[in-house]
Amino acid sequence: MSTPAILVENVTVHYGEVLALDSASVTVDAARICGLIGMNGSGKSTLFKVIMGMIKPDAGRVLIGGQAPTKARKEGGIGYVPQSEDVDWQFPLSVRDVVMMGRYGHQGFTRRPSRADRSAVDQALDRVELGEYAERQIGQLSGGQKKRAFVARGIAQGATMMLLDEPFAGVDKRSEATITRLLRELASDGCTILISTHDLHALPGLCDEAVLLMRRVLMHGAPEQVLQPENLAMAFGLDVLNRDLPEPAHPAAVVHPATTESRG
Amino acid sequence: MEFLDILLEPLSYDFMVRAIITTALAAVVCAVLSCWLVLIGWSLMGDAVSHAVLPGVVLAYIVGAPFALGALVFALIAVTLIGVVRNTSRVKEDAAIGIVFSSLFALGLVLISVTPSQTDLNHIIFGNLLGVSIPDLIQVLVLGVVAFVILILKRRDLTLYAFDPTHAHAIGLSPKRLGALLMGLLALTSVVALQTVGVVLVVAMLIIPGATAYLLTDRFNRMLVIAPVISAVCSIAGIYFSYYLDTASGAMVVLTQGVVFAAVYLFSPRQGLIGTRLAKARRRKAAAVLVA
Repeated sequence: MSTPAILVENVTVHYGEVLALDSASVTVDAARICGLIGMNGSGKSTLFKVIMGMIKPDAGRVLIGGQAPTKARKEGGIGYVPQSEDVDWQFPLSVRDVVMMGRYGHQGFTRRPSRADRSAVDQALDRVELGEYAERQIGQLSGGQKKRAFVARGIAQGATMMLLDEPFAGVDKRSEATITRLLRELASDGCTILISTHDLHALPGLCDEAVLLMRRVLMHGAPEQVLQPENLAMAFGLDVLNRDLPEPAHPAAVVHPATTESRG
Repeated sequence: MEFLDILLEPLSYDFMVRAIITTALAAVVCAVLSCWLVLIGWSLMGDAVSHAVLPGVVLAYIVGAPFALGALVFALIAVTLIGVVRNTSRVKEDAAIGIVFSSLFALGLVLISVTPSQTDLNHIIFGNLLGVSIPDLIQVLVLGVVAFVILILKRRDLTLYAFDPTHAHAIGLSPKRLGALLMGLLALTSVVALQTVGVVLVVAMLIIPGATAYLLTDRFNRMLVIAPVISAVCSIAGIYFSYYLDTASGAMVVLTQGVVFAAVYLFSPRQGLIGTRLAKARRRKAAAVLVA
């Protein structure tokens, strides 16, 4: 089997006394879209931070395309689409300015954009269909357009892996469909995509696989399978059908069905 | 008196010429830096660092070292202490900042009180625009130009740091190092501005121009031009006012900046309290004319 795009192996993270991730292991193959679901505080953002190397895990290791995260970051392989509430939408930058920030890793000391940088930005903007909005201040976009602007930044960067934090929060159904189509296109071009989301309904149409997280990986499999009520109950502590469910005996059961095979 | 005479008369005094050059330079450097400070939300940090450098400047004076060195050391101490108090106790950040900077400022005042030749050092607190000597001018010039050049060369990285430090990290830059760079430049710039308006009022020069420009444009690059232009014009106007009205020069500079901010706050076409309403009324009128 080829080198996985994302390898998280037995990663444990504490914040002071609080256990955020408990020996979590996730492997995602290249060009796959993987949805990360779990409650608030289930460790989704912590897992993101570990993958990006912003937190050093207490135990375990992370490899990005077989490399240490530091090296993968330097090579510009990791694109990041932040959660809406983490962005200052009043910031005086145009959509083009934001997308250009994807090119900084390719540029010199003062980050003066070259012709290649400009054309990469134009192409990325066209790709996400924001060409006509390029000169708008970023806050003047709709929810879905804002997300696409940040995806464009990852495209301009040439990221081979993208992390999206709650991309569907505050996004209407039509924009959600546009973003889903865009991400599927990127994946078919070889980009590996990891999405943390609350939007369980979008999961089957968007993701090749899903990870159910509750400090540890409860389950990793096809979205349809992970979304089974009894499985969601393990992570969310409730069942969509409002039945009383018995405590799961082995919450750490990891299922690896055929969906995780590499597409080559 | 002719308008030209009003402008030229003060320039017949060398001390006024030096005052104007120093102020304009400090105003420009502070204004450029202020663009990032107001966007990151570091205004209080600017206040803290500009006060906390006082003991460093006094100690540098005592041992005969460059002011900038002492200021940098104490800026670093202040930032470290603020971080330590915030992270290792239940005290929140604003309280930590308040405690650290006022204590260090007090230390500076104590050091001044026990250092001979007090008059010189008291100028650091309230500024001594009209008493700028040639060596003072050279120091401000060198430090100001250094800070300005670094800010402009690294402006894109600093803006990325202000806007999205996570992305900076993701593409292999170090947000920590960029933050430290900005903090170092803040210390350096504080020293430049001390000479002009003094420790107490430096923070005004570090906040008002950026905030004013922010109300006038939606583009960071334009802020980087608008802020220093407004700041320089206000500062020079402030000196003229102080000359003719016989008022405290540093305070007059800050007051002018404050008045211009107030005007922009009220009348800015994009963000102004009254300006946006006027624009709306105009649009409505135009629409009414079209309908008729």
